Amino acid sequence: MKLAILLVVLITLPLVLPGYRIFTVNYMAVFVIVGLGMNILVGDTGQVSLGHAGFMAIGAYTTVLMMTELGAPFPLALPAAGLVTAGFGFLLGLPALRLQGPYLAIVTLGFGLAVTQIIGHSAFFGGHMGLVVPAATLGPISLSGDVPQYYVIVGAALVLALCARNLSVTRVGRAFRAIRDSEIAAATMGVDVAYYKTLSFALSAAFAGIAGGLLALMTGFISPGVFTFLLSLMFLAMVVFGGLGSIPGAILGSIVMGYLNLEMDAFEELPLLGPALESFSSRFMSSAGLPNVGWVVTGLLIVLTILVEPRGLHGLWIRLGAIVGGGRGDGAGSSGPPADPSGPPAGVS
Amino acid sequence: MLAQVLAGGLSAGSIYALVALALVITYKTTQVPNFAQGEMAMVSAFVAYVLMTDFETGFFVAFTVAIVFAFVLGYGFEAVILRRVRNPTHLSLLVVTLGFQLALFGLAGWKWGAEQRRFPFPVSAHEVLRMGDVTVSTLGVATIAISSVLMVGVFAFFRFTKLGVAMQATQQDSMAARINGVPTRRVVGLTFGISSVIGAVAALLTAPLITLDTTLMWDPLLKGFAAAVLGGLNTPVGAVLGGYLLGLIENLFGAYISVEFKSAVAFLIIVLVLWFRPSGLFARHYKRKV
Repeated sequence: MKLAILLVVLITLPLVLPGYRIFTVNYMAVFVIVGLGMNILVGDTGQVSLGHAGFMAIGAYTTVLMMTELGAPFPLALPAAGLVTAGFGFLLGLPALRLQGPYLAIVTLGFGLAVTQIIGHSAFFGGHMGLVVPAATLGPISLSGDVPQYYVIVGAALVLALCARNLSVTRVGRAFRAIRDSEIAAATMGVDVAYYKTLSFALSAAFAGIAGGLLALMTGFISPGVFTFLLSLMFLAMVVFGGLGSIPGAILGSIVMGYLNLEMDAFEELPLLGPALESFSSRFMSSAGLPNVGWVVTGLLIVLTILVEPRGLHGLWIRLGAIVGGGRGDGAGSSGPPADPSGPPAGVS
Repeated sequence: MLAQVLAGGLSAGSIYALVALALVITYKTTQVPNFAQGEMAMVSAFVAYVLMTDFETGFFVAFTVAIVFAFVLGYGFEAVILRRVRNPTHLSLLVVTLGFQLALFGLAGWKWGAEQRRFPFPVSAHEVLRMGDVTVSTLGVATIAISSVLMVGVFAFFRFTKLGVAMQATQQDSMAARINGVPTRRVVGLTFGISSVIGAVAALLTAPLITLDTTLMWDPLLKGFAAAVLGGLNTPVGAVLGGYLLGLIENLFGAYISVEFKSAVAFLIIVLVLWFRPSGLFARHYKRKV
């Protein structure tokens, strides 16, 4: 029922929204796909990645090169990009078998930087100048223009979100969480840690790769300058802010960060806040540097999330539920606190 | 030719060694790599720059103020943010350093933009000293000299002062140190302060070599990590040696194999070292604890 309502809303949305807003929604949906993948890796499996922009780049370049070099249609190139990226994710997952937290962070950081450097120095990948994405079609339908792209991108995001949700309640999802909570306990219980860790990396990379292909579709142009370390950081920020291990949290966090990332160049156009920011900038900071406010906000959001509510938006939601429901904790959250047994299950009035 | 390449590697390696040392002393204390390290150093370099250009102070005044600033920033980061993380895990502490890095990067970009600035320095990167066939810029000589003096000073501090020994004790076993009367909280803060100072010196030596902008320390930070992994994240001496070694390997690679992919060497080294000898070249042993 809920799904049906969501479907109706999503289908009618482009008919209601003004054109330029559809582009914003598409962009946020691309971020949601990455966020779902990050949630599998960071939230469920407890591994860290500072190189997901690298996976996104691999996905975007695979999609485009499949179309230009092999003449593959977009609907074929996109899943292929997902597969190729999953392969790279598997490869990066191999060192993760032996490495923990800090080492893994450094390896993935280096991976992300190496990918863009190799792309930037190779003529085959268009170097620093980037590549133009050819016109894509879905059967007879042309995929140029925001509205057709909306249905492809948001459709993909919806399907992948359902996949992620189903995955999390299966054996695989439980294995991921067991590894997160204690690798040794998981291994003792018969979870094949090596298999599931690399699987988690591969799946998470595949999500980022598909998002990369869709980003290429909507922007029409890709260059290594897009897939920076800062973007990887933003991806991590999305799931931390949303709430690690929670799919709705990851989606919401991705939407917020995606919006922030897109609007970064136009802070002065925000209602009320914009002019205030601009006058503050020209007096104390610099007007040219105004887009950097986005990074300040992102950074502070991450720090505050960890300091105030480490479970992110998901945790806030649980707290809100507890207040509204009269102390009745929401036991559904995978990492939520145990419901207070002494609290009376008071009805909401 | 070879001697020339090695000399270049030594001066680049000095910077990597400084960054690696700064990373390792906080890593040993908190078990978390401080990703904000580079940005803290970059902001300190900007402090020196602003003093020299806007307030027209001399270099040594600016240098001193920047060092003091770096110390306060490092101490403050630990005392105000890191210490307050509840139920700290590797992941949450790591994420906090990343968040602080992003916030500092954004603030610096907001204030100073993306413009590349020439950083005034008493010795120049273009004047050269000749020693036989080898030419080294005076800046390169200064870099090698200043960094080695600083590192010897840091090691002497750890070895011979009461505070330094307290820091080592805290790194090895915080609980036991506290039982023996070490004020571990303050000591951890001071460790971050010292680490930040070492990083700031690296930034002040890097800025005149290239130009000063907000991405100043991105590359040195990754190289510092690579150096620390190469030498061993838990061994300060190893990390310093790793820094020099990385500088040499990188310059040899650039001279004889490929200049274009010179920067990717660091990543290759990280992967190879972690694959074959995860505790680093100079570490004594590696144990995984339950």
